[in-house]
Amino acid sequence: MAAALFYSLSLICIVSSLIMIFHKNTMYSVLFLLITFFSVAGLYVTLNAQFLAIVHIIVYAGAIMVLFLYVIMFLNMSHIVSFQKSKVIKIAATFTGLMVFLVLTASLSSATYNSNAVAGQDIGLASTLGRVIFNDFLIPFEVSSILFLSAMVGVVIFNKKDVIDE
Amino acid sequence: MSLDSTQIISLLVPLLPLIGFFGYFIYGDKLSESKAGTIASAWVFTSFLLSIFLFSQVSANGAIQVNYFDWMQAGSLTIPFAFQIDQLSSIMMLLVTGVGGLIHVYSIGYMHEDQGFSRFFAYLNLFIFFMLILVMANNYVLMFAGWEGVGLCSYLLIGFWYKNPEYSAAANKAFIVNRIGDLFMLYGLYMIFKYFGTFVYTDINGMASSVDTAAIGIITLLLFAGATGKSAQIPLHTWLPDAMAGPTPVSALIHAATMVTAGIYLVIRSNVLYALAPFTNEIIVIVGLATTLIAGLIALKQNDIKKVLAYSTVSQLGLMFFALGVGAYAAAFFHLLTHAFFKALLFLGAGSVIHGMHGEQDIRKMGGLSHKMKYTHLTFLIAVIAIIALPPLAGFFSKDYILASAFGKSPILWALGAGSGLLTAYYMMRLYFLVFRGNSRTPEAVVAKIHESPSVMLTPLYILAGLSAIGGFMNIPSIFGGGQWLENFLNPVVQLSELHLDHSTEWMLMGISTGLVLAIVAWTYSKYVKGNAVPESDEATAAMPLANVLAKKFYFDEIYASIFAKPLLSFANGLQKWFETEVIDRVTDGFGGVTMLLSGQVRKVQNGHISFYLFAMVLGILGILTIFILL
Amino acid sequence: MNDTLVMAVPLSHYIAVSAILFSIGVIGILMRRNLIVMFLSIELMLNSVNLLAVAFSVYHNDSNAQAFVFFIMVVAAAEIAVGLAMLVMIYRNIRTIDIDALKQLKW
Repeated sequence: MAAALFYSLSLICIVSSLIMIFHKNTMYSVLFLLITFFSVAGLYVTLNAQFLAIVHIIVYAGAIMVLFLYVIMFLNMSHIVSFQKSKVIKIAATFTGLMVFLVLTASLSSATYNSNAVAGQDIGLASTLGRVIFNDFLIPFEVSSILFLSAMVGVVIFNKKDVIDE
Repeated sequence: MSLDSTQIISLLVPLLPLIGFFGYFIYGDKLSESKAGTIASAWVFTSFLLSIFLFSQVSANGAIQVNYFDWMQAGSLTIPFAFQIDQLSSIMMLLVTGVGGLIHVYSIGYMHEDQGFSRFFAYLNLFIFFMLILVMANNYVLMFAGWEGVGLCSYLLIGFWYKNPEYSAAANKAFIVNRIGDLFMLYGLYMIFKYFGTFVYTDINGMASSVDTAAIGIITLLLFAGATGKSAQIPLHTWLPDAMAGPTPVSALIHAATMVTAGIYLVIRSNVLYALAPFTNEIIVIVGLATTLIAGLIALKQNDIKKVLAYSTVSQLGLMFFALGVGAYAAAFFHLLTHAFFKALLFLGAGSVIHGMHGEQDIRKMGGLSHKMKYTHLTFLIAVIAIIALPPLAGFFSKDYILASAFGKSPILWALGAGSGLLTAYYMMRLYFLVFRGNSRTPEAVVAKIHESPSVMLTPLYILAGLSAIGGFMNIPSIFGGGQWLENFLNPVVQLSELHLDHSTEWMLMGISTGLVLAIVAWTYSKYVKGNAVPESDEATAAMPLANVLAKKFYFDEIYASIFAKPLLSFANGLQKWFETEVIDRVTDGFGGVTMLLSGQVRKVQNGHISFYLFAMVLGILGILTIFILL
Repeated sequence: MNDTLVMAVPLSHYIAVSAILFSIGVIGILMRRNLIVMFLSIELMLNSVNLLAVAFSVYHNDSNAQAFVFFIMVVAAAEIAVGLAMLVMIYRNIRTIDIDALKQLKW
């Protein structure tokens, strides 16, 4: 049953991401990516990483996707005729992507790793991760807040109307 | 390492002038002239007092070896930083600091209102430091360090007025000619290392008898070649007359009294080796004789007061080497000391004359100065009598000792040496009469301004005049009932000469040489004072073939220029014109051109398309990963 | 139940899934001219890496990797915010979000 869950989620994930990259309409791409994100969250659940699954949904589906949709609406470009690359480039891109897959699997399969899961999995729980983050990674955690702040300032500066142009 | 008092004092002797030199960087031009000059002189005089103390130690207890630390260490070779203060070096220390100190004082007056006043004293202090290292060192390498150091100071001081291109050229010439000698000297040091494995004098002297005599012959020859550079012997003598470009106190200190005698010091220092090398001694005799005669001949026709003295110095140095060659080391050293006194006095007197004449150096424009500059005249006269070897002044004893030693070897050598003495008498009397006696040939406007030098310049003259007068009594020969103090004192360093002439022979030799010198004096007196003869102008000299050869210094400079300098220069010019432009420029330009061409092509990859860059990036990562996997 | 859920699938399958997702992201980056879709592809690649990290973390019983995934999400959020801001600015300036319109990145 668990295996079936994993395979179906993986399938949904791959198919929707393929549609995402091939679909001509940007809006649809975004929505299919949303499906991908949800299925990835599902994969996290199969790995017993509930905390990350929840954060994933909040951050990606909740925040990032909204940002994308907002930008698309803001630019009012759902109607834009999608511009396509030439066939040659498309084929070359696909071929390169397949090569990447080949190389990745080759390198990962040549790596040695413990393929057997360890019993007593509670590392993905919020309490465990909380302890790790607030003990071992406290300073990076605080620094990431500064990163957010600077990102926010950067965004505001980027999109401030240029006073001289007015 | 704790130092006892002797070690500290020995270290202080060279260190004090060095402090003076470095002090220049701190106080520099901020001090007034009198303060800067006084401080610089004070360092040297303190050294002098310490040297007196060390001298008394040495005369009471014998040589002192002072070891400080290992200067260099490589394999089996250890070069210590150590001083050997024995009879020879202690006297040299007295000479360097004593005469050096007097010349410091003199310079306060001579360099008055010169722009580089403090710099001048800094260089003088540095020179004293290096000269002391040279004479105090207990091994050849440390001595060579001092040797090079005094060469540097000589260069700096000859070119002291560096804004004059001719003076700078003279400084370069001195430096380059010295380099040639130093190269041989270095080879000599390599040979010493090869055959002795050490550089320490005492070790080498101990091993000398067990080393191949052929090797010793080569070593001594190379060291002598080095000495010819520093002591201005033929064929490397050409730099010394040009070195007169420097301020006159420099000529007195470096190019008469101390540095140029370093070559003689070196030979005396290595006398154990030289005693084992008869062939080298023959070479030294030949070179010394040739130098003393040729320089004496050239001096006959020089009209620049300092040039005459310069050639006189070369001639006297030749005489010293002549003495070394015949094995009379003590005689050579004796003459070195007396020569330092009277030649320094002559130069300082000449400086006083130049100072009083406001820079005039041509003796044809002088004359009758004895009334204008009484004290300078008096001291100069004492020096002249000393150098032409009239008894009982210093030069008589030392020169007579050399000639007697030469006679012991061969009467011909004596005759040649005495001939050199006659040349000396002629050109020195000519110089003296032309400058101080006869009618004044100076333009009226200048005559009014001629003045006696200040007392700060005259005091050193008095002291040196006293030394020139009594310096000869250091080594009164047995014929006058003397004890030959100097020779006996030096005995631990230099073996006694086996000179045993009959007293009657000795009297005869003295009589002949003194009589001839007196005859020359009378001749020059009648010619230049009674006859009011004046040296011919340059044009008239050029018309007389023989005189012209002398005035042109036997064409040494011209010959060197055409043999060495011009071919080298044209070779270098050719290289610059052809090799530089055709080969080097093309190669470097070629590298640049090829790079430009290739990069111009490669640059097109940067076409500005971001998607292209992305493709390149992905392919690059792919390539790297593939390589990792395949490896 | 959790144990069986994890044990059911070998680690290599998770690796395969994330490799496939990553390759799809690469293809998307390379073949699309639309800047927004390219951003989406970047997100997809980030997700695949996250998935891989979590899978390794679980199979190696090491919670540090999950903490790292957390930080990757943080950085990704910031990156997307700045990236979209730049995208809007680009659109304002050249009135398109076609990547092939950006040809100035050269000397």
